[in-house]
Amino acid sequence: MSTIKVPTMQEMIANGETPDILFWVGCSGSFDDRAKKITKAIVRILNHVNIKFAVLGAEEGCTGDPAKRAGNEFLFQMQAMQNINVINGYNIKKIVTGCPHCFNTIKNEYPALGGNYEVVHHTQLVQELIDQGKLKVQGGEFKGKKIVFHDPCYLGRGNGVYEAPREIIKKLDVELAEMKRSKANGLCCGAGGAQMFKEAEKGNKEVNVERAEEALALNPDVIAVGCPFCNTMMTDGVKHFNKEEKTKVLDIAELIASANDL
Amino acid sequence: MISSIIFSLLLIGASVFFFINVKKIRRNILLGRDVSFSGNTSDRIKTMVLVAFGQQKMFARPIPAILHFFLYSAFIITQIELLEIVFDGVAGSHRAFRASLGGFYTFMVSFIEILSVLAFIGTVAFLARRNLLKVPRLIKSELNGWPKLDANLILIGEITLICFIFMMNGADEVLYSKNLSHATNLGDGSLNFSISRHLGPLLFGGLSENGLHTIERIGWWGHILMVLGFLNFLPYSKHLHIVLGFPNTFYSNLKPKGEFTTLESVTDVVAPNFDPNYVAKTDPNNPVRFGAKDVQDLNWKNLMDAYSCTECGRCTSACPQSITGKLLSPRKIMMDTRDRLEEVGKNMDANKGTFVDDGKSLLGDYIKHEEIWACNTCNACVQECPVNIDPLAIIVELRRYLVMEESNSPSELNTMFTNIENNGAPWQFSQADRANWIKES
Repeated sequence: MSTIKVPTMQEMIANGETPDILFWVGCSGSFDDRAKKITKAIVRILNHVNIKFAVLGAEEGCTGDPAKRAGNEFLFQMQAMQNINVINGYNIKKIVTGCPHCFNTIKNEYPALGGNYEVVHHTQLVQELIDQGKLKVQGGEFKGKKIVFHDPCYLGRGNGVYEAPREIIKKLDVELAEMKRSKANGLCCGAGGAQMFKEAEKGNKEVNVERAEEALALNPDVIAVGCPFCNTMMTDGVKHFNKEEKTKVLDIAELIASANDL
Repeated sequence: MISSIIFSLLLIGASVFFFINVKKIRRNILLGRDVSFSGNTSDRIKTMVLVAFGQQKMFARPIPAILHFFLYSAFIITQIELLEIVFDGVAGSHRAFRASLGGFYTFMVSFIEILSVLAFIGTVAFLARRNLLKVPRLIKSELNGWPKLDANLILIGEITLICFIFMMNGADEVLYSKNLSHATNLGDGSLNFSISRHLGPLLFGGLSENGLHTIERIGWWGHILMVLGFLNFLPYSKHLHIVLGFPNTFYSNLKPKGEFTTLESVTDVVAPNFDPNYVAKTDPNNPVRFGAKDVQDLNWKNLMDAYSCTECGRCTSACPQSITGKLLSPRKIMMDTRDRLEEVGKNMDANKGTFVDDGKSLLGDYIKHEEIWACNTCNACVQECPVNIDPLAIIVELRRYLVMEESNSPSELNTMFTNIENNGAPWQFSQADRANWIKES
């Protein structure tokens, strides 16, 4: 495994360069130990295909998504305008995000506040790279394995992206299994709507346990996800059933990176 | 002559009463804040044709969709027969359209009869699902009392209506074959309607002429009285969806579901910090509440959503929080919004058209904080709704009010807000450390 190269915008500008795309890492991808691995898998893919990209590093701030979903429009707009100032300052045109929440917020909610960019989720970028022949994908260690994909709400229902992650998984020469509640009818992992940051209300089950149960009923080798929050929730759900030895929870970027020794 | 007068008075009375109630509903909906839906007319018409007229989203669940389609199509087609009934009622004629329409008339009534039989099957199945099979979404606690009775009354009413149709046509068939019907005799010996041609002689074949005329009249009057009754029951019932389903889908949200509205009133406060030349978009002399505490703070589409809801509960059966036993039920959000709106409307009726503060509000008296804080904003409820109702939009407005007007959110969320504000992340990490992951590799 080679070392990763991650230039920041500041470094790029200092070298007189401009990136083709900004990689928006997100809070989870920057700080959460599990999600950092996803971030690095995305970087390995970007490095492998020699895309000229940059990150904002310390200049990046929360998109404001959890504040907005929780009803704090003030805080959301403060965050959004700060970020838009930075992004516009670097004259960035295209952004790839490692998180469907950042993706949705920047793509749909920043334009009204002055931030207009082409925004893609990392699964869309990977599919684009495969389609363009820039990224050759092999099944590697996953060949013949059973993989079930859990749709992140803000990628799937929120923005109608159902096929990109599935197309990538199919390229790995695996059996793609579908839960009954999938695509437009997918069940949330339980993290969205700022629930990630608080205890659940009183009920008779945790949402992530309900969802993990549904996925595990298919007896998959991997539960594939495309969101760091879904990753946390599904990992905990799998642990709840003591199935972590048999079933791994992995991001699509991690599947691609590790199957192809990136 | 007497019956024509009675009929005309009934028709006028029922129409006026219905019109008065429709005006009240329109007024209530317009109590909501203004929101513009200009443009995209062709997309809107397409959505309405597919979702409302074509019942597109119903077919996500095929069995209830087919049963519902029986009722829906019978309801639509029967309107044609109703034209003749109204004409006959006013003019004192009998089957006035038959002689002139000929074979087309026989085809239309036959088609209506077949749909009526299918609708009968559908209605019985729906009664069974609701009362015997105990389908989970149809027995939740928010349906206790009036909502359950409302649903059953309509179903029983529909069965009764269908019985009246076959009494009317069946008895008339026997009369016609004996040349005793008041319909013009075309010398064909039978009205030739698909079902009543067989059902009429079977049920009423042995009755006297008087008996047959009585049954026919009970069927005829029963039919029109049920229709006028149904019309005037609508404004009090969840069945307004048969009308409002159309405008409600026309005004569907055509943007990605993940996109939440931008509050311009907030932008006006925040933007000047970044752009000294920013021009305010809202009127500073007329400040509005952030978010919604009561129905008047919602927009008119939210309120039309509430009147369009037929309480089918698909939203609730798809909601991750409802599924896992939490208090939140998106259907209850819609029912509460309508109940509160009706209460506000009655308050206005009692106070010469102005609302007098009753110390109550949608949030708190109807919807509990616990319900709205449970929401995952996952859009499953929005996706499910067969008439494109958006319960999530209301939940978000209520959250906005609690956070921005009352600073009353769960303490863990306050911590999250503080973290974002201070360090640009929902957790307590320093923004300066944001790129540390690069060095950790």
